[in-house]
Amino acid sequence: MTRALLALIIAGVIALPSSAFAETALDTRMKALEEELRCLVCQNQTLADSHAPLAEDLRREVRELAVSGKSDAEIKEYLVARYGDFVLYNPPVKATTWLLWFGPFVALAGGGIAWWMILRRRRAGAEDDTPAEADPASAGIARARTLLDERPEI
Amino acid sequence: MKSLRFVLPLAVFLLLIGFLYVGLYRDPREVPSPLVNKPAPAFSLAQLDDPAKKLGPADMKGQVWLLNVWASWCVSCREEHPLLVQLAQANIVPVIGLNYKDTNALGKKWLADNGDPYKLSVVDADGRVGIDLGVYGVPETFVVDKSGVIRYKQIGPITAEALQQKILPLVRELQKS
Repeated sequence: MTRALLALIIAGVIALPSSAFAETALDTRMKALEEELRCLVCQNQTLADSHAPLAEDLRREVRELAVSGKSDAEIKEYLVARYGDFVLYNPPVKATTWLLWFGPFVALAGGGIAWWMILRRRRAGAEDDTPAEADPASAGIARARTLLDERPEI
Repeated sequence: MKSLRFVLPLAVFLLLIGFLYVGLYRDPREVPSPLVNKPAPAFSLAQLDDPAKKLGPADMKGQVWLLNVWASWCVSCREEHPLLVQLAQANIVPVIGLNYKDTNALGKKWLADNGDPYKLSVVDADGRVGIDLGVYGVPETFVVDKSGVIRYKQIGPITAEALQQKILPLVRELQKS
């Protein structure tokens, strides 16, 4: 009895994955795709995270499109045609988003250039000052030396 | 060079203030629709009052019309409803209702209770046509021209201001052409 039950359980476990895996491949693809899409109702959530009714509808739509053989890019295109670029969590790189994409790097470069210029000016200033600043010390040493040299022999 | 040291940070600061100031008056919920100036997506949906009959944008060709997305569960639809009723009484432009993700019984009851400003309403029970129209926040209103091209989209309730300053002038202009 126990053995029969065990065999049944094992058989069940072995039989399960084939169907479960088929589901999982689509599931993981859907999950990844939904992570890249924005829920338009709760705008800071992805489609995967949102429980809004519209998000559920869109998930259903996305899944149906995927099942019908549409690629991820085609599905995204489908949604962009209806909701605009905003539906993509990653804004596409185009003329209107250049500031968004490259602005931080421009700011970084600007900061870097300013920093470099300040450093250079400071160093140039330091070099200009070197003789004047070093002078008292070296002049002092020189004077000490001459004084020592000039010291009459005892 | 010395003055640049003060002018440059000031300029950057003012630019930032400018961006933030403009941002204050922009509604992040209002996502511009890519459908504006494109043909309204084709659909053919059962009418609320007579499910045997269907209606789609193709049937409205040749006239300027409004497509108003509404639902009995939609709170802000109540806000704009008196304006739509007034608009219907003025008989300026036909308004077609899209009863979005609603049940026919509740939809009909809602119209009976609040007044029916629609020439007729069509039923989009599962929200598929809503997706084709890029609906994400009910109520939404589309102005469609004689050739079936969407010319304007109002996201959220119609306000008296939007009606007087945008929708009606646009409708009149489109009706002339």
